[in-house]
Amino acid sequence: MAIGEIAMKLAKLRGKLSYQTILLGSVTLLTSGVLAVANYLTQEAIQAAEMQDIKHTLVQVLPIQYDNDLLQDTVILPGIDGNLLTVYRARQRKQVVAVVFQVSQFGYAGPVVLMMGISRTGEVLGVRVLKHSETPGLGDKIELAKNNWILSFNGRSLTNPVTTQWQVKKDGGVFDQFTGATITPRAVVRAVKQGLEFFTAHQAEFL
Amino acid sequence: MNQNYLNIAREGLWDNNVVFVQMLALCPTMAVTSTATHGLGMGLATMVVLTLSNLLISAVRHWVSPEVRIPVYVVFIATLVTLVDMSLNAWAHELHKVLGLFIALIVVNCAILGRAEAFASKVGISEAIVDGLMMGLGFTLALVTIGAVREILGSGTLFTEAHLLLGEMFAFLELTLIHEYKGFLLMILPPGGFLTLGFLLAGKRVLETRLSTVVTVPQQVSV
Repeated sequence: MAIGEIAMKLAKLRGKLSYQTILLGSVTLLTSGVLAVANYLTQEAIQAAEMQDIKHTLVQVLPIQYDNDLLQDTVILPGIDGNLLTVYRARQRKQVVAVVFQVSQFGYAGPVVLMMGISRTGEVLGVRVLKHSETPGLGDKIELAKNNWILSFNGRSLTNPVTTQWQVKKDGGVFDQFTGATITPRAVVRAVKQGLEFFTAHQAEFL
Repeated sequence: MNQNYLNIAREGLWDNNVVFVQMLALCPTMAVTSTATHGLGMGLATMVVLTLSNLLISAVRHWVSPEVRIPVYVVFIATLVTLVDMSLNAWAHELHKVLGLFIALIVVNCAILGRAEAFASKVGISEAIVDGLMMGLGFTLALVTIGAVREILGSGTLFTEAHLLLGEMFAFLELTLIHEYKGFLLMILPPGGFLTLGFLLAGKRVLETRLSTVVTVPQQVSV
C-alpha cells in the first residue's frame, strides 16, 4: 500500500470516537507495559545499588571495630512510625557493641531519611542522610558531602545535651541551623532524638 | 535544509529560548538555580528528556488524533521521565544520586509538553530531534546563567559541588570568587530567582534593541 493511501485511511479513522478511545487505551497499556518491563529489568540493579549504599553508610555511621556481617545480623521491630524497622547489629566477640537503624522525619519538602549508629551505651556514633528532597543549596547541607553539620551529633546522647536542649539554636537548643533553612535541621534533630529514644525503649530487645 | 536546522538552533538558543522568551518551565527554573552546578544538572537532564520526547512524539504524529493528543503526550512524557529515572538509578547510580532530584522535577516542566504540542507534533523526526537538543541547550544556558548570577551574589562562589555532578576532573570549575563573603540569602531564595530573571530579561531586550539599531542604521543610510 502506498504511504499516501495509509495516510488517507489514518485521517479517516482518526475522526472516529472509537479510534480515539482505542488509541488512548492502547497508548496507556503500551506505556504501562514498557514501565513494567523497565521496572523488572532495573529492579535488581537498583536494589543492589541501594544495598551498596546501605553498606557504605553503615561503615560511615560505625567508626568502631566489629567482627560480624551487619547485613545478616538484624532484628526487625515495629518502628517509630508503625512500620517494621530493621536494626543492624555490630558485634565484637559475640557481644553487641552497637546498633544501626534508619530514622525519618518530614523535612521541608518530603521525608528526610537518616541512618544512625548508636553505641551500646546509648551514644550517637554517627548519622548520615540516606534520602531527602530538601532545597538544593539550602537544606541539602545536611549531606556530609556538602557540610560538616551532620557530624555535630557524634558523641551525643539523651543526657548530652539534656532532653530540652535537643533542638536547633533558634528553638533554644544546642544544634546549629542553616541560614535560610531551619525546618530541615529541625527535622533531623527531631529524628535523631527519636532514634535515641527508640534505642532506650528497645534496648533489651537487641542488645 | 541546513538553513532550516540553523533556524531551529537559533530559535532554541536565543530567539525563542524556553526561559528567556517563552517564559516556560519557571517552576524548575526557580527551584534549582540556586547554584550554577544545579542549573547545569537540571538543564542537561531536561535536554535528554526533551530530545527523547520530541523524537517519540514526532514519530507517532500521524497516529495521534487531535482530540486526545494532550493526554497521549502527557503519558509519553511521564513514561520517558520514569524510564530515564529508573535506568539512571540502576546503571548510573552515582549520577542518579546527584541528578535524581532534578529528574523528578522534569515531569512538571511544561516546556516539554510545549515543544511536543507546538513543534514536534508537526515536523519530521530529524527536525524534532534537533529542536529538542537546541531547546534543551538553550534551557541549560539560561539555567546556568541564572544559577551563576544567583550563586555569585548569594554565596560568593561559582560552580560549587561541580565535582559531584561532573566527576573529580571538573573540580577546577569550583571557584570562590568573594572570600569571607557573608552571603546574601535573598538571592538564594526563590525571590532572588525572579529578580535575576527579570534583570536578565531586561538585559536581553536592551541587547536586542542595540543590535537591531546597529543593523538598521546602514540600511537607512543606503535609502
